[in-house]
Amino acid sequence: MEADYTIIGGGVVGLSIAWGLLNKGRRVIVLDGEDGSFRASRGNFGLVWVQSKGMAQPRYARWSQTSAAAWRGFADRLGDATGRDVGLEQNGGYDLHFSEESLAARVKDYEGLKARLGGDYPYEVLGQNALHKEEPGIGPKVVGAILHHQDGHANPLRLLRALADDVRRRGGRVLTGRMVTDVTNAALFTVTCADGTVVRSTKMILSAGLGAMTLGPRLGFIAPIRAQRGQVLITEKLPKMINRPSLIARQVDEGGIQIGATNEEVGLDDRVTQPGLSGLAAKAIAAFPALARAQLVRSWGALRVLSPDGLPIYQQSDTMPGAYLVTCHSGITLAAAHATILPEWLEGTDKAPDLEVFSEQRFAV
Amino acid sequence: MNNALPFEDLGEGRSLVAVTFQGQDLRLPEGANLAAALLAAGITTFRHTAESGAPRGPFCMMGACFDCLVEVDGISRQACMMEVSEGLNLNMPAVGER
Amino acid sequence: MARVDLAIIGAGPAGMAAAKMAADKGLSVCILDEQPRAGGQIYRDVDRVAPLRGDLLGKDYTEGRALTQGLGAPGITHLAGAVVWAIEEGPRLACTQVGKGALIDARHVLLATGALERPMPVPGWTLPGVMAAGAGQILLKQSGVLARRAVLVGAGPLLYLIAAQMVRAGTPPLAMVETQTRNDFTGALRHLGGALRGWRYLLNGLGLLNEIRRAGVVRHTGAHSIAITGAGRAEAVEFIAGGKAHSIACDTVFLHHGVVPNTQAARSVGVPHRWDAAQHCFVPELDGWGGTSVEYLHIAGDGAAIGGAKVAAIAGRLAALDIAARLGAIKTATRDSEAVPLRRALDGELAVRPFLDTAYPPLPEALSPADKTVICRCEEVTAGDIRGYARLGCIGPNQTKAFGRAGMGPCQGRYCGLSVTQILAEENRQSHDATGYYRIRPPLKPVTLGELAAMDDGAGAAE
Repeated sequence: MEADYTIIGGGVVGLSIAWGLLNKGRRVIVLDGEDGSFRASRGNFGLVWVQSKGMAQPRYARWSQTSAAAWRGFADRLGDATGRDVGLEQNGGYDLHFSEESLAARVKDYEGLKARLGGDYPYEVLGQNALHKEEPGIGPKVVGAILHHQDGHANPLRLLRALADDVRRRGGRVLTGRMVTDVTNAALFTVTCADGTVVRSTKMILSAGLGAMTLGPRLGFIAPIRAQRGQVLITEKLPKMINRPSLIARQVDEGGIQIGATNEEVGLDDRVTQPGLSGLAAKAIAAFPALARAQLVRSWGALRVLSPDGLPIYQQSDTMPGAYLVTCHSGITLAAAHATILPEWLEGTDKAPDLEVFSEQRFAV
Repeated sequence: MNNALPFEDLGEGRSLVAVTFQGQDLRLPEGANLAAALLAAGITTFRHTAESGAPRGPFCMMGACFDCLVEVDGISRQACMMEVSEGLNLNMPAVGER
Repeated sequence: MARVDLAIIGAGPAGMAAAKMAADKGLSVCILDEQPRAGGQIYRDVDRVAPLRGDLLGKDYTEGRALTQGLGAPGITHLAGAVVWAIEEGPRLACTQVGKGALIDARHVLLATGALERPMPVPGWTLPGVMAAGAGQILLKQSGVLARRAVLVGAGPLLYLIAAQMVRAGTPPLAMVETQTRNDFTGALRHLGGALRGWRYLLNGLGLLNEIRRAGVVRHTGAHSIAITGAGRAEAVEFIAGGKAHSIACDTVFLHHGVVPNTQAARSVGVPHRWDAAQHCFVPELDGWGGTSVEYLHIAGDGAAIGGAKVAAIAGRLAALDIAARLGAIKTATRDSEAVPLRRALDGELAVRPFLDTAYPPLPEALSPADKTVICRCEEVTAGDIRGYARLGCIGPNQTKAFGRAGMGPCQGRYCGLSVTQILAEENRQSHDATGYYRIRPPLKPVTLGELAAMDDGAGAAE
């Protein structure tokens, strides 16, 4: 089996890139893992999010903004092709605060970033009353919020399904249940899987999430990534009670309230814990008191794919030219950029974005 | 006894208490299993699904299927896991506006 | 509560028998059950109900009182109405009782969570008025509530039991639509030797059939192409039997084609399961005592493998003996010698199973339903949806769950899990074991955020 690109990893990151390359007329094979593999694509919070990203690296803030801006067109094309809406809403999102001090500190940070972005950072501060008008369900413990107008959310599972569907529709070959055991590079890349599948391609992309921890170094990458656990809750389906998403809670398009998330350094342990769930529930109720009566129907732990500075890594291998590492924490937010802009970089066209700041150079000591 | 109702209550001599379901006044045997008592009172649809709005009633009677959900004091609960008590105010769970 | 030696989840036959045995060996026992009174499903509410209508329900029901009485032994705490929603390391159980959360620490845990009705997705099975046959029996047992115009549909001894009980109560079912075929019976004859060792079960079954026949209940066998029709509620059962299409008007339909282990709790702590082809379901992998690969966990009763109430009680006692030995309350030699008569009794009780499993197999069209049939009741996902996800590359139930929400509802996949595995196994031409099952996570049963938050000590908060 031969293609222009082999993409290792069939999550949102890998499929977004595959979708973009197919649109450029490239032949693509995607190798996806097992039903029980760690999958951030199935466990994430679904935000298409700009605020608070890239506080120390405006280029990352800009990259997130670029993707957020491309999301509507991307979502519409996917929706048209598959006949299913991916639930994108970009009416802004909140950073909720329980103290005036934390709110003021955050505003100060945002002002700094805004200046570095040339003023393109459209947010406003809502006091208790203004917030209450926007979100009648908000509780008295919330003193205010930052409403960032570039924020939003989507249904990440519908996105995953739409990509799985449309990548095939556009001629991509997606092979599931494939665990990559070997990659060699002569005239072509040859990727071998545990089940005996062998594929060959001119270029290859490693977008295997945490799988890059082991595969990355074998392809000449540093791949300094780690897992960070986020526990997430979701309630029964409820009538509309939250208008805009926040990092604490959002109402998904099916009606459930999704509540997130812990940040735990526990390695590859994706279990949930009663203390974790209880802490998240308490915080969500502090923000939206009516949630106390909501039934929790599901919870899960998902593993974030984090680099040391939390920024994405876009890197071509020095030892295996033509092999690329693409890994990030925010696969949903960046999906539109990965689908519409990153292929230019992979193809080396004159429209390629400058991604130097996201190279592995920053980790080389 | 209403022979037209789908279920018949053999009777256990419990005293009847006032309960409402969707605003309808009912007299149900105190301490009886709530789902059973509602069925015996002729109520077969307990809720509508969020997805299609299809009607649902008790299916498993053992707390596993969640088709007998009713709303009590703003909390959705399984009727088959509750007992009848005086003054219960029951409603079909609100499930969004699809 | 201080740490107990043994926490038992489920106060049915396995849990109750285990509790008594463990307490007799000196262990402190906490037995938790969701129901307000002990008995499980088979002996539901037996203490209260036996004097009321024990004659109607029969001796197999009323004798459950021997087990409920055992819970009065010193050393046993029975937490009624307690819903366990998580089992964590420690082991520690998180449960909710009367709207309040609690944590229970134990040295060992025994799961005795029993069986679920095997899902029987046929067209119309989600209509109000369609219930599991077990539900019909629970209504009669616990509440004395009886369906006036009911049709029993499916296969298996439970259908005869409920029909006979309805006859005794003076309201026989309108008809029995039985799905087993003559071939199934012929095939079962090779297990007749074992069945004859379990002759009490056979005699009992023949007695029930006699009662049903004497009451003039119409029986159709070899029924297929079953559908329940009605506008907003069940109004008729349609099927084909004897080469003829039938339609029987009714208010209530009781479905049954066997029961399967309720494996939710065991799966939530990572106990490996394997496909049991004879019983067509997943069963946890256990040693001869009900021990699992999770060192603090045993499983007994129908949650381990379907054997019925008597088998469950014996398995509960065996598990309790092993747990008592592991916790140092008895010597291994004592465990082994006391197990000898129990194992002998177990063999006798299990002898009839191969015959029953073969004579009353699950209905093929309900194992692998037509495309339009809903298989996930909670999220209203159809069999055809799952087949479509298989074409999108889904090789296991967790990816179909992500793609189409089957298994995401409050029942947590209890009534669609086996259907999804079956359909994916067929579509992808892989084994049930390779296809796998849902990853089950807490909460095992929904719990309000308020209850969860009340258990927050501040240590586990986000950020």
